[in-house]
Parts: sequence; structure tokens; C-alpha cells
Amino acid sequence: MSEARTPVTVLTGYLGSGKTTLLNRILSEDHGKKYAVIVNEFGEIGIDNDLIVESDEEIYEMNNGCVCCTVRGDLVRVVQGLLKRKGRFDGILVETTGLADPAPVAQTFFMDDDVRAKAQLDAVVGLVDAKHFPLRLKDAPEAEDQIAFADVVILNKVDLVSAEELEKVRATVRKINPHAVIHTAERSQIALAEVLDRGSFDLDRILEDDPHFLHNHEHGHPDHECGPSCDHDHGHGHSHDHTHKCGPDCDHDDHKLDASTHDTTVKSVSLRAGEMNHDLFFPWINKLTQMDGPDILRLKGIVAFAGDDDRFVVQGVHMIMEGDHQRPWRADEKRETRMVFIGRNLDREKIERTFNACVAA
Amino acid sequence: MPTVAPYDFDEHVELATFIDNQPVFALVDGTIQFPLSPNKVVQANDGLLCATLTQDGASILTGGEDGRVMRVVDGTAELVSEQKNKWIDVITSGPNGAIGFASGRTAWVVANGETKQFDHERAVEGLAFAPKGLRLACGRYNGVSLHWVATSGSPVDLHWDGAHTKVMYSPDGKYVVTSMAENALHGWRLDDKRTGDGKHMRMTGYPAKPKSLSWSPKGKWLASSGAQAAICWPFSGKDGPMGKAPKELGTRGDSMVVCVACHPSEDVVAVGYADGMVMAVKIDDGGEALLRRAGKGAISSLAWDPDGTRIVFGSEEGEAGLIDVTG
Repeated sequence: MSEARTPVTVLTGYLGSGKTTLLNRILSEDHGKKYAVIVNEFGEIGIDNDLIVESDEEIYEMNNGCVCCTVRGDLVRVVQGLLKRKGRFDGILVETTGLADPAPVAQTFFMDDDVRAKAQLDAVVGLVDAKHFPLRLKDAPEAEDQIAFADVVILNKVDLVSAEELEKVRATVRKINPHAVIHTAERSQIALAEVLDRGSFDLDRILEDDPHFLHNHEHGHPDHECGPSCDHDHGHGHSHDHTHKCGPDCDHDDHKLDASTHDTTVKSVSLRAGEMNHDLFFPWINKLTQMDGPDILRLKGIVAFAGDDDRFVVQGVHMIMEGDHQRPWRADEKRETRMVFIGRNLDREKIERTFNACVAA
Repeated sequence: MPTVAPYDFDEHVELATFIDNQPVFALVDGTIQFPLSPNKVVQANDGLLCATLTQDGASILTGGEDGRVMRVVDGTAELVSEQKNKWIDVITSGPNGAIGFASGRTAWVVANGETKQFDHERAVEGLAFAPKGLRLACGRYNGVSLHWVATSGSPVDLHWDGAHTKVMYSPDGKYVVTSMAENALHGWRLDDKRTGDGKHMRMTGYPAKPKSLSWSPKGKWLASSGAQAAICWPFSGKDGPMGKAPKELGTRGDSMVVCVACHPSEDVVAVGYADGMVMAVKIDDGGEALLRRAGKGAISSLAWDPDGTRIVFGSEEGEAGLIDVTG
């Protein structure tokens, strides 16, 4: 592996969600950095950049018998071409088409050795047109996938919706992807630091700045965004054996949720347990991702292994998974395992039961 | 003892080769360097993506990020073709000065003063001309399309699932071989009447993509990169390499073979490694000669001169050199 891999930011979002506007802002703002841009086609709005590459989306299935192990063949070629010349730019931006499945784009950066050696997926940024999102959810499953894959979701065009509509959209996004960082914007006006150099796929930083993942959910937490339509698991899943501090208006009852969010097919399963048995955990996660990989869009986790002083972090896309020791557990940290699966048709009961069976005796 | 004259270009060397017995290097910044002619540098492209020596050995063809296809001959660059706003991904040279190049899903052939276009449903990642007759092989997802350039009939489809990224004809034209994204080579027999699986040759077992391929004289062996040794498949029998084990040459435990180039007349392979080392290895007995110690960056291009006494090499970090094998 080369010392500094070039960060790649992927912009997803349905047609008209504001991707090109955001791209132009990233390219024109005075941040002292240069970006190469890979687009599917030159749009009607021009993009002002020296290094813009048009690339036809080429989905390649890898011949290992798994339909979900796909990469973007055109990205393999273009990214390698761009990176042969050193010092030309600081990062790569990939704009996907509105209908694109984000999985092959993300998988390209995990599956292709040549790309991995030189480039690193930094974040998937999903733009959402706040006004048209409810409609999109009805007619386009891609819109949900894009949210499920996103590390950062920008609710755009919020000036066109009422406060209630916005909250409903926000709650829906949270329901699909409880760990995405959500921002609101008008005309794609967002601080670029919230979009670039996020390190979202960096195992060292995974979930590190995610208040929904790392900290115990207490409603006094300043980062906590739960409103009346709070829809997370609050980490308790189906096991109510720890102290939970939900107030009277915390609405984690599924029946009430339906009224306050839009219908979605993508769900998340959050898991929490104590220390895991190493010899049980790996066979479990391998089997689960092999069997349910097509339904698992993203997974992330921090794992505490019994007898291991280091935190182990994992992340995955469909069947592709990577994990590594991250750093020693700090004395003030509770040695605890947390995972989240985002996907379709996930069998919550089965995942929880089999996960809990991996707890160290 | 071989001697090495080193050069340092500070840019990825896309092609190292000889023209008129002089070493020539095509760099990804679009410059063509002639280090034995002081200060001679030709700017061929604004960003170079692919380059190849023409079959007559007299000029270099390049394709770039600027959409231009250039021919560098007699120290000047001339425009062959331009595709606005496109990257020229791959280029190849054919018999009688024919030029093939591709961008995205389209391949073009410039021959006999005409330009012909061949559209595909998937991106063309590899190109090669047949040794005889004007026939172009286009490697793409799920196989290879063979086009007769002169006629406008539909192409022959050689099907095999997966992404084919490089394509070559054997020197006798009997075989087409591709390099696949799945760490394998795939071959087709073109000249016999076998159907179904009998036409196919699967060459697998590589730990990495076998991106560099080279035929030994008369096509006896096909050398390839993609492992900790140069993998040489025997093609002399009538069944090609099927049912036979390949030779593993120049095996090292600490680096991968990334570049191979067969000697023009003897069964010897020049082998380039990921750490910059270059060796020459005899195919018969595996005898090795170290030609260059490890340096900065993986070897990206290797070539013998027509006499087979000198080798040029270039690396991804811009190191390059001229090796006199006879010393």
C-alpha cells in the first residue's frame, strides 16, 4: 500500500437533487485544493474544471458466483489513469447518475487491488431533494439505496418545504440509515468540511464521530437529535435489560412511527452486547454476509473481543467486508460490541439471536 | 556483467522501447523522451494514457486525456485522430501501418487513409490486430469481438463471462488470449472446428491480475505477470497449454512480477518486479541473471532491442534505464 492514498468522494442523489450545484461549489470555492471529477455525462450545466472525465457506467460482475459482487469497470480504469500522474490534485469526486446503485461504486474501492493501492473511498454523500423525496420513495428503490449507503445525507432545497415536511423527511432518512450524518441545505449550500475529507470508510475513524453509535443514548446528550418522532433503536433492540431513559414523548413504538415517517423498505438492525468470543464471531459474520449479503447494504461495527485489549472495527458492503484492530480500549471506555446492519428483508430476530450467541461465556 | 545506464524522469513511464536502436520513453505527462539525443523531448499529448511501438519499429503511437491520437516519428508528433472530450484508453499497431484505438464503447481503425468506427455495447478495454489480414480484436466485458476491418459484417463474438482487460493474438494467429479482471487468462482456439468448451483455454491460479503478457519467438511460450514468478504457458503443442503445467520463472518470495518481455530470438524472458528489480531468465532451465537491483516503484514497461542485446525499462515512479546485457 502506498503511504497516502487519494481520497475519493462519491456524490449520489436522484435527478434534480442538486449534485451538479454541489460539485460546482466544491470546485469553485477557495479551499486551496484541486479535485479531479468523474461524471457519467457532461450535463447541461457546465462544470468548470480542468480535470473532468466523462465515463460510461460499466457494471462488471466478478466471476465468483455472487451477483452482488459488482464493480464499476470504468472507474477502475479512470481512477488508475488519473493516479498515474502524481501531485495533480488532492482528491477525486465521483458523480453518479440519479438512478445509480451506489454499491458497485463503493465496492470498486474494496475489491480492485490496483484501485485500493492508490485510492481510498472517503465518503458517500447522498443528496436528497426534500420536496420530492416522498414521491421518489414511492417510485424509485434507488432513492432508498442511496440513503442507505450514505455517510453524509444532505437534505437539500429545504426552503421549498414546511418545517413539518422537513421533519418527516428527516425522520424517514433516520429510519433508513440511523448513522448517517444529516445536514440541511438550500441550493446545496453546505460547509464543504462536512462533505470532504470525512474518512467515513477509514477503519481508524469508523463511527468515531457518530454520536448515535458510540455513546449511550440519554436524552440529555447534546448531540442527540431525537424529536417527537424519534425512531432509533436506542440500542436496546429487543432486550430491555439495561437502564433506558426514554421520556414520555419518546416514540419508539412502531405503530406510531408509521404516521410520522414515509414508508420505506430499507431498515436497520442495531446490535449491542458485551465482549465477543473471537472463535464464534468470525464464523457468524462470515456466514451472515455470505447468506444475506445481497440484502445487506451496509454494515459497521466496533467489536470487543474477550482477552483482546484492542478495539476491532469492521465495515462492509453487501458481501465484502473488512476489519482490523484499531486501537487499545481506553480505561474509561466500556468494553462493548456494537454493530449496525442496514438493508432489506433483514431478519431482526435471527440476526439478534445469532449475534447474541457469539457473546463470550 | 550487465551494465545499466540510469535515467530519472519523475513521471510514470507508460512505454519504454527502442526506435532506431535508441532508447525512447513515453511518460504519462505526454512527453516522449530521447535521452541519448540531448535535450530532445517531444510533447505528444496533454496527459498520456496509452502508447505502443508501431509494428515497423519506426514510430510510437500515443493516446491521451486530450482525446488525441498521435504518431511520433522522426522526432516530431503528428495528429492521427482527435475525439473531443474523450479519453483515448487503449491503442494498438497493426500490419501495414494500421492504427487501432478506443475510447469508452467505441473502437476506431485508421488504415489505408480511412477511419472506421466500431461501436460496442460495453467499453473496449483491450485491442489487438491479427498478425495477418486486417482484423481487429476488441476485448470487453464478457468476451472479445473480432472485426474484419474491410467489410462491415457483424463481428465474431468470442464469449466468456467476466471482464477482459487486455487482448492478444498469438504470433501465428491461431489463438486469442485475454487478461481478465478475475486474476486469470482466457484463451480461444480460432483455427479448429471444436465447439463448446473445446475452444476455451482457462489459465488460472494467479494471485493478482496478469496485466503484462509477452509471446516468446514463434509463439512457443506465453509469459505473464501477476504472481511471484513469471508464469510461462506452453503453446507449442496442438492443445496449447491445456493439461500442462506452466513454468514459473524468476520466483521471489518478497516481490511480485509486474512486467514481462520475451527476447526477440531466444527463449529468454526479461522479468520486472514490483520493487523495481529486473532479471533475465532462461525458459528452458530457469537460469537467472540479475540485471537491475530494486529501485523506486514497480516496473511499468520493459523491452528488448531488435538484436536482443539491450533492454530498456521504466518504472511507475519515473526511474528508467538502458541495460546492456552483454556488458
